[in-house]
Amino acid sequence: MELSDYLPIAVMFILASAFAGVSLVVSYLISYKRPTPEKLEPYECGIVTEAEPIQRFPVKFYLVAILFVIFDVEIVFLFAWASVFGELGWGGVAAVTVFTLMIVETLGYVWKRGALDWNVSRRARYRAAPPAEAAQEMAA
Amino acid sequence: MDWIDVLLVVARVVAVFALLMGVCTLLVWFERKVVADMQNRVGPDRAGPWGILQTVADGVKLFFKEQVTPRKVELGLYLAAPMLAAVPAFLMFMVVPFGRPFTITLGGEERLVPLQGADLNVGLLYVLAMSSVAVYAVVLAGWSSGSKYPLLGGVRATAQAISYEAAMGLSLVPVVLFTGSMRISEIVAAQSSTLTFLGWNIGFPAWNVVVLAPSFLIFTISAVAETNRAPFDLVEAEQEIVGGFHTEYSGLRFALFFLAEYINMFTMSALAVTLFFGGWSGPAWDGVLPAAVSALLPTVWFFVKVLVFLFIFVWLRATLPRLRYDQLMTLGWKRLIPSSLVWLFFIGGALAVRRFGLPWS
Repeated sequence: MELSDYLPIAVMFILASAFAGVSLVVSYLISYKRPTPEKLEPYECGIVTEAEPIQRFPVKFYLVAILFVIFDVEIVFLFAWASVFGELGWGGVAAVTVFTLMIVETLGYVWKRGALDWNVSRRARYRAAPPAEAAQEMAA
Repeated sequence: MDWIDVLLVVARVVAVFALLMGVCTLLVWFERKVVADMQNRVGPDRAGPWGILQTVADGVKLFFKEQVTPRKVELGLYLAAPMLAAVPAFLMFMVVPFGRPFTITLGGEERLVPLQGADLNVGLLYVLAMSSVAVYAVVLAGWSSGSKYPLLGGVRATAQAISYEAAMGLSLVPVVLFTGSMRISEIVAAQSSTLTFLGWNIGFPAWNVVVLAPSFLIFTISAVAETNRAPFDLVEAEQEIVGGFHTEYSGLRFALFFLAEYINMFTMSALAVTLFFGGWSGPAWDGVLPAAVSALLPTVWFFVKVLVFLFIFVWLRATLPRLRYDQLMTLGWKRLIPSSLVWLFFIGGALAVRRFGLPWS
């Protein structure tokens, strides 16, 4: 790897940031500003804001994020393997197969437990589970 | 590396920047015109011939519009988000080659000028990294607005983008396996010959899509989802959450998000062409045509191919209704990721048998 390969990237970073920053600032300076109290309220379809904006959201979004981290790590390793595929031979294929199967198992487990199901109420999830397992979870 | 090389690099970057700005301007117009035709309307037709300057007019208008800063925002992050959307969009296109390298003589030395921002040896990983960075813009915009709809749009967009990024990453691994390189120029070079089938040269270009069709399908679906385009535009589902994460943005701040969306759409089309349809490779008829024409033809092929993809993007938007959120997650996690894993096992095994022979022999 040569660091000079990244010179264009750095130049583009500076150019794009300068473009975005300068245009934002210049536009801010020359555009007119007539703030009114109503205009500065958070948008709520035109009516007076009733409640403070919620700062909490469903935990399933976190679940997706955590699952993504697992898969992203997997992908990084797969890319590393794929770029030296020829040198590693069958040994590399075997190692990657074992590793990927572990990820597949994770996916299967998460799938079975319903973490990938959206719009399912908690109660429906327990109802669908076999009685023994549900009782175990209730106790836990 | 002397100062002329540095100047060439700067010139190249400015050229890419100008290209992206020009393409973005035309693309917005193109989309509005094509959607208008599909819906039996005329579309923009006032600014310039056939309304071609409409985007420029809109840009100028947005430039002079008030930038409302609502009371509840987290100011620092709120202002950083539009820039975080625009900058990775520009950076991401840097690794896509859009024409054949040519040589010019400057300062008494022959210099090779690749028509590509930067030819990184980790090109594909760089693409994935930049598309990850773009997610931050959406998260921060949604969270820092201090309003309900942007927050909902922001978390939705994040979950969507990261789900489909996993699928996209998995669909790109076979490309690296097949061509043996993450360097994008080498991926193009590997596709520039013609196919040989059972010892016969059948004259069809050796595009990756012939062998890696499943990868291509998964990549295309994830690319549409990554750019938050219809039918995956739940992020800005107007009927449910107003404008989504950019509800509280106005004036030029909104324009930067808009710019980023269209540049990303172009980059994704360019990547689909580069990785699966041979990129700029195509007949240049060297020696038959004048040298200048031959040098320019690959760029023409590239843009023709990209235009086909851009048309498909617009076509999808005009045709398909939006998915429901649970359908979106089901498609991502229960269909695309498992199928790309199965395909990866299959192609990995097949390539290993071809390269190393059977394991027991």
